[in-house]
Amino acid sequence: MSDLFYWQSLNRAMDAEMAADETVITLGEDVGLYGGTYRVTEGLMAKYGEWRVRDTPISENSFTGLGVGAAMLGLRPVVEIMTINFALFAIDAIINMAAKIPFMSGGQFPMPLTIRMPGGIARQLGAQHSQRLEHTLMNVPGLRIAVPATPQDAYWQLRQAIHSDDALIVLEHELLYFSKGDVNEKAVAPPIHQALLRRSGRDVTCIAYSRMVILALEAAEFLAKEGIEMTVIDLRSLAPIDWDTCVQSVQQTHHCLIVEEDCRFAGAGAELSATLQERCFYFLDRPIQRVAGLDIPTPFNGKLEAASIPRTEDIISAVRQMLGTPGGQS
Amino acid sequence: MDRLQMRAMLRDMLRARAFEEAAAQGYAQGQIAGFLHLYPGEEAVAVGVLHAAEPGDYVVSTYREHVHALVRGIPAQEIMAELHGKITGVSKGMGGSMHLFDASRRFLGGYAIVGETFPIALGAAYAVAYRRLPEAVICFFGDGAVNQGTFHESLNMAALWKLPILFVCENNHYQIGTEIHRHSAITEVYKRACGYGIPAEKVDGMDVLAVHAAARKALERVRSGDGPQFLELETYRYRGHSMADPASYRPNVELNAYQANDPIAAAIHEAESAYPSADAMAAVGADCISHFCDHCCQEGHLDKAEITRLRQEVQAEVDDAVRFAQQSAEPDMQDAWSVFHHNRRYEVLMETAP
Repeated sequence: MSDLFYWQSLNRAMDAEMAADETVITLGEDVGLYGGTYRVTEGLMAKYGEWRVRDTPISENSFTGLGVGAAMLGLRPVVEIMTINFALFAIDAIINMAAKIPFMSGGQFPMPLTIRMPGGIARQLGAQHSQRLEHTLMNVPGLRIAVPATPQDAYWQLRQAIHSDDALIVLEHELLYFSKGDVNEKAVAPPIHQALLRRSGRDVTCIAYSRMVILALEAAEFLAKEGIEMTVIDLRSLAPIDWDTCVQSVQQTHHCLIVEEDCRFAGAGAELSATLQERCFYFLDRPIQRVAGLDIPTPFNGKLEAASIPRTEDIISAVRQMLGTPGGQS
Repeated sequence: MDRLQMRAMLRDMLRARAFEEAAAQGYAQGQIAGFLHLYPGEEAVAVGVLHAAEPGDYVVSTYREHVHALVRGIPAQEIMAELHGKITGVSKGMGGSMHLFDASRRFLGGYAIVGETFPIALGAAYAVAYRRLPEAVICFFGDGAVNQGTFHESLNMAALWKLPILFVCENNHYQIGTEIHRHSAITEVYKRACGYGIPAEKVDGMDVLAVHAAARKALERVRSGDGPQFLELETYRYRGHSMADPASYRPNVELNAYQANDPIAAAIHEAESAYPSADAMAAVGADCISHFCDHCCQEGHLDKAEITRLRQEVQAEVDDAVRFAQQSAEPDMQDAWSVFHHNRRYEVLMETAP
């Protein structure tokens, strides 16, 4: 067990997989000599050489497509896209190639490809660098999406992603790279797509993913002081979604709040809300609620930026409102 | 080039033409649906290039790829069945006309988005180079694809890392309905490759022997580790872009001019004139004649009667393929799901990382 930054645990996961399997390679902008923009590939080029750790030109569509072609020949490429914003240039490689080839070929070509990239809003990077595209990727059959919120999950899920014969996207978060947590490299990992209960409470179920899990836990801590006990489910995966874990919890708490950094309109939470409503309708005491990003390009101004995505206090007030308890026990 | 090889190439060109005409017929009869992009006129390109390929080479193709697949060795039955959307198709009816795949023949697929063949070839070639294997990746694309970003991105990376790719531009002068002078500032496509330091050559794509010779030479260089090579093959499609396209944007005189220079007719002419006449053989002397006759019987003789036989042979093969496709079963939804889940390996996804 060691206390590691999120980026360090990703780095260790890469190292472990590259040491174990020569078919694992990684490529992307500045992953080699520079060591990765967020240090995830630090030291790997010196250890594994440039054919396994390849610095690419700024050509997202073609180097992501390169990963697809190499995966068709049995390599296990890990493509790093510097941020999800640049993945818009690679969307053809991701959606039209990686997600389609295994199926269109009648199952002849597996797609052991991992695409790593951070999404979400960091701090004042402007609208072009502050996007959440999970809804777009979730809507593509043939893609799997892992969204690790903790260093431990980052370690586990990246390793599991590399083992997958399906195209798998590991959606990281720019503000999580320097978060710290215990990482046990020997512990048995839960299945990559299983949701985990980070906290159990009887009053309300809060479902979140990626950085929003951290905020949900803060909110739960605060609400507990008011006597409100909130379950926090960390989805860990957006495709597929571990519905059973969510449904079981909602059946017990009768209240469901979804917290997402994605924009509200047609965002990830819309799918969660729709399906949970179908499956839990008769158990619900209140309509399912969402706390989500505002439907606006992210403003540069720091205060406006912060106001455009969920804050801990937004979660707290949403819970209070849902339970009809402006400040106290229900 | 030996006679057998010439006969084989001619046979493949005839097969290709017969196959595509049968597909057009199937489409007209409503047996084949969707987009259908046919190859007549361009046979010398696929046949010349792929006859220069080794079984160890990889092929990446476009949505006009039936003939690439056929010449690569995928059975006509399986291609025709795929066009019909049947479970016996090479992609189990999940791909269709534009998405033929055959892992066993290293046919890495037909791609329906213009410009996708470049990164696929780039990745395949990266894997080959990483493993240090003497194999080449053949990347087909049309003149319309060279204005996509992936063309430039991929040529750059291929040259930068000396990847084993033979880029083959099937320049039929039209991106759907827009003639090359209206879509490209530089209409001599091979010159663009020079910008990336890739050896490039323009060859008459209506002359199968010229194509074959150029492809063989280029592929040898690719396999020996010289890095990517580039061929621009000037050709012409007789039909419209797809079955939905009457090609009214092209002057008839242009089509007629190319048809007068039909690559199949040219190949037949080449094969015939290269062959000694009966008189010429008789002049060699009796023993030699009988020896040569024996040799020719073994190798396969090529005269007008033989060509007629070849035509009948390939037509029978194509008719059989159509019959097979029509009689094959449709896939059901269960087949689609099983293909979809085929590679998902749930046990791995559920297991603990080692």
